[in-house]
Amino acid sequence: MSTVPRFWRHIPQRYNLVGTHCEKCDEYYYPPRTICPNCRRNAKMEDYKFSGMGTVLTYTTIYNATDDFKRQTPYNLAIIELLEGPRLTGQLICSPDEIKIGMKVKPVFRILGKEGDRGIIYYGTKFVPVEGSV
Amino acid sequence: MRSVSIIGAGCTRFGERWGDSLRDLVVETGIMALEDTSVSGEEIDGLYVGNMSGGRFVEQEHIGALISDCAGLSRLHVPSTRVEAACASGGLALRQGVLAVASGYSDVVIAAGVEKMTDVTGGVAADALAAAADREWECFFGATFPALYAMIARLHMHRFGTTREELALVAVKNHHNGSMNPISQYQMEISVEKVLRSPLVADPLRVLDCSPITDGAAAVVLAPTEVARKYSDAPIKILAAAQASDTLALHDRRDITTLDASVYAARKAFSQAGLAPKDIDLAEVHDAFTIGEIVAIEDLGFVEKGEGGKAAEEGLTAIGGKIPINTSGGLKACGHPVGATGIKQAYEMVLQLRGEAGKRQVEGVEVGLTHNVGGCGGTALVHIMSR
Repeated sequence: MSTVPRFWRHIPQRYNLVGTHCEKCDEYYYPPRTICPNCRRNAKMEDYKFSGMGTVLTYTTIYNATDDFKRQTPYNLAIIELLEGPRLTGQLICSPDEIKIGMKVKPVFRILGKEGDRGIIYYGTKFVPVEGSV
Repeated sequence: MRSVSIIGAGCTRFGERWGDSLRDLVVETGIMALEDTSVSGEEIDGLYVGNMSGGRFVEQEHIGALISDCAGLSRLHVPSTRVEAACASGGLALRQGVLAVASGYSDVVIAAGVEKMTDVTGGVAADALAAAADREWECFFGATFPALYAMIARLHMHRFGTTREELALVAVKNHHNGSMNPISQYQMEISVEKVLRSPLVADPLRVLDCSPITDGAAAVVLAPTEVARKYSDAPIKILAAAQASDTLALHDRRDITTLDASVYAARKAFSQAGLAPKDIDLAEVHDAFTIGEIVAIEDLGFVEKGEGGKAAEEGLTAIGGKIPINTSGGLKACGHPVGATGIKQAYEMVLQLRGEAGKRQVEGVEVGLTHNVGGCGGTALVHIMSR
């Protein structure tokens, strides 16, 4: 069982998709990076809030999950490329048949999971297809 | 830097070894490796052990001291170090052992690997393995290990036209090889139909695309090449020991269908050995999932990018083919006790290069390569060895 701070400290990034932008090389990062891999010590990093609009780069449907996610199976997982360039891994809420590589998606705020019946409920971003893009 | 050779090798039977503990497996493989050489206990001056997650699988950390103790070396107070790079922990132990001997800090070193995985339930094991991925930014959202490789497979199929049958043929080939390996977890052949009918784990990957949960251990004994013949009639020379890393999360990679860590480790290894992919006679590669072997033979330079799917179907990677891959049965059929796998690959290569691989012996082999991956490409190790 985890302690509260484990989830609490990532609230800005997971609730609002806040990442970073390096002013020096104009690269965007999500999740936020403290050190820009392009510029390293010469980087100039600032916080950046992503809209969460993006496209599906690749995906899978999970039928066999770890204990924490067993109750959700089957569920879709995708690598999503945000408009600004960075990519993230997230769940995609739709029928597996609807998913196509290159499909446009948008973010939604959802319960991600809970640690047993009495444990912490944690929230974050999932994605849904943008209507008309399929 | 001194040249380093393998002067002894041992490997336990891989499988669900319910009757044996992590300690039993360590002792069993240690005795096998030492019986394979004339070195004495007093001459051993270093131990490295690859172990991914003793803490999660058997609730035991401090595996370095444990294996030295179990091996009966506690009174000699030999330095013993546990190393970890997820599923590449074994390959990492081998490279650390090679560096220790090459540098002159040590003379005779044991490089071992061990994982005891069946003392926990499948769900706990899956979660322990998922720790090799990015816990905060992949697993937190429900990613599993098969799911990450499934996303590599999906994009590989989309981009290069790799087919579901081509994935299955990797498993079919590796089960065929494993059926001829006495230490292999699975001794039975399988058909393409059987793979395609097995339950989905993470679409498009099915149960028979995945390496199993396995108990096992392996060990090799290393010494300077200049004295290797003193301890062994058939020492195997390490021509290259290379390692590279990449982003922990799959989504941050330059290209989802390439493991750049494998590309860079291979490049360094070929440069150290002064060889090219065409000079390699056979290879053990990291087929934790069938797509893993397809991507590996591309990244190591045995085939062009995107051509890996056709290799198994055309017989290129079969025993007797142009570049036999995973004669041991690979992780898929021989089994994948994660910390032991990298050393087991070296063990198989020692047998092949000595001509002791029985029914699965490849004819006329001079140079072999082993390729061990941590996570889905955060770490890669490539070793090249010859007779």
